[in-house]
Amino acid sequence: MNLFKISIANLREKKLNSFLSALLLTLGIGMISLLLLLNKQLDEQFKRNLKGIDMVVGAKGSPLQVILSSIYQIDAPTGNIPLAEVNALRKNPFVKTVIPLSMGDNYQGFRILGTTPKYVEHFNAKLAEGHLYNASMEVTIGSKVARDSRLKIGDQFSGSHGLDSEGEKHEDKKYKVVGIFQPSGTVVDQLIITRLSSVWDIHEHSEGAEAPAVGEVEHTDGQAHTDPEPDEEGKDVTSALIQFRNPMGLMTIPRQINDNTSMQAALPSIEINRLFSLLGVGIETLRTLALIIISIAGVSVFISLYNSLKDRKYEMALMLSMGATRTRLFLMLLIEGLSLAVIGFFVGIIASRIGLWVFSKSAEQDFHYSLGKFALLPEEVYLFFGALAIGVVAAALPSLGIYRLNISRTLAEE
Amino acid sequence: MISSNQLRFSYSAQKKFSFPDIHCNDKETLLILGQSGKGKTTLLHLLALLLTPESGDVVIAGKSIKNLTPQEITVTRAKNIGIIYQRPHFVSSLSVMDNILLSNYLANQKEDRLKARHLAEQLGFADHLSKKTNQLSQGEQQRVSIARSLMNNPNIILADEPTSNLDDDNCRRVIQLLKKQSAQIGASLVVVTHDQRLKDEFSNQVFL
Repeated sequence: MNLFKISIANLREKKLNSFLSALLLTLGIGMISLLLLLNKQLDEQFKRNLKGIDMVVGAKGSPLQVILSSIYQIDAPTGNIPLAEVNALRKNPFVKTVIPLSMGDNYQGFRILGTTPKYVEHFNAKLAEGHLYNASMEVTIGSKVARDSRLKIGDQFSGSHGLDSEGEKHEDKKYKVVGIFQPSGTVVDQLIITRLSSVWDIHEHSEGAEAPAVGEVEHTDGQAHTDPEPDEEGKDVTSALIQFRNPMGLMTIPRQINDNTSMQAALPSIEINRLFSLLGVGIETLRTLALIIISIAGVSVFISLYNSLKDRKYEMALMLSMGATRTRLFLMLLIEGLSLAVIGFFVGIIASRIGLWVFSKSAEQDFHYSLGKFALLPEEVYLFFGALAIGVVAAALPSLGIYRLNISRTLAEE
Repeated sequence: MISSNQLRFSYSAQKKFSFPDIHCNDKETLLILGQSGKGKTTLLHLLALLLTPESGDVVIAGKSIKNLTPQEITVTRAKNIGIIYQRPHFVSSLSVMDNILLSNYLANQKEDRLKARHLAEQLGFADHLSKKTNQLSQGEQQRVSIARSLMNNPNIILADEPTSNLDDDNCRRVIQLLKKQSAQIGASLVVVTHDQRLKDEFSNQVFL
């Protein structure tokens, strides 16, 4: 026999009341915890892919769309830009790196990205097996692509037109897998990477204009400025990722591009902040809602203990007459509130993980992003103490009546 | 052993009680008879140290309770006095067994399951130990509360109308058990009642 056992027995005696209180706490805690998890993981995903990219140039349109499509590979591109204009940027002294991107096809929903080896270098993607694509129509695939599509080195496949797997297939031209990247937690995991010329080859075959496979790998030994992609008249790319030499570039180049070229410059830091502030309204609303639910949970614990205390007044007087101290009974009631808080917290944490898992499944299906980190966050430790505090306060307020209970009168009344 | 000396208590200026002195040695029994409104329960609560008298003194096991702190009074009661109430009340969420053991636990004594089981067998509810108390009949409940009052081997057993809700059979049975059990542990048994059926069962009687 101990206080804990009596408290739990009391909670079980009022199953529905206890269930309601714990349920409300679970809901509130689960929501807050899910928001924390999503916030943190989205933030991480976004930041990791953003690293080192100062500017993105693409066709005129929504700058946010340019960023989302070129860096995160989740939105449709805005259109095409001439490669000549992109390559002209290399001459600007403030520009350090220019990485042209060309997309438009996919395999089973995974985007096929034509780019230069700089892209792979930029994301620091390491090969798990095979080698980097070398000739036109050779591809190196991300770890998630390899896992989900079961492509192996040496396999051939044909891409579908468009960015989802429903598109028309380019049956006559087949890509060949020559390498697989290690998982890096970046956007590379979900991409099929190839030469720019592969993408042109695929789309110009009807006109019979085979792009000559200009050697690029041979020239990639580190000169940023002379990144040797074919600078051909009439060739288009989708967008380009730009890195500046120093922050001065940020002051002048975007304006120059927007004013003097057919391209537009989008700054990831600004666009992502804008995106987060848009999302932020929703997150803020959900957080407020969760806090309200938690407060209601507190009130529910309070009311349920208050009511059960009225019913159990005689029991309390009886226990006092049998030698219990008031502090002991007060503690017993506190344990009831605390137990509900602890149950609510842990079930809430588990529920938020399940929620995240479900969310991650659908995010993976739609965007190929996974959010599979289920470890306890430091913020959740604070959440735990917050839940305990609510349990204590909600239990303590009605339980203070213990100190005013008149034993003799209560026992004589019934 | 329990005795009282010139006990007085008042709830208000109009509602004053002064009680005759009582005395009950170890192994003896005492019946306090009185009609409603004569302060039976008040006297029992004074003897049980649940109320503090306005004046006068109670002596429990040879020790006066005057000048005891509330904590000391609680400890004295838990250790020395077993109380049986008119309507048996229990902690409804606990089983019969746990309700009996509760008196050990709350008095900071070692929980004696063997003794609880033994008492249950003697009082005839051994089959109900794992049930909840509200599943028992009135007579059974009263016997459980007798067992509960005996768990700490008290010096004194106080019973407040222990038989008033019971039929004749149960009444006789409960009184016999009370007398037998208190004699076994050498306690004083004080019964406060208006139940005239008990008149013949006790030789020492006090009228309020």
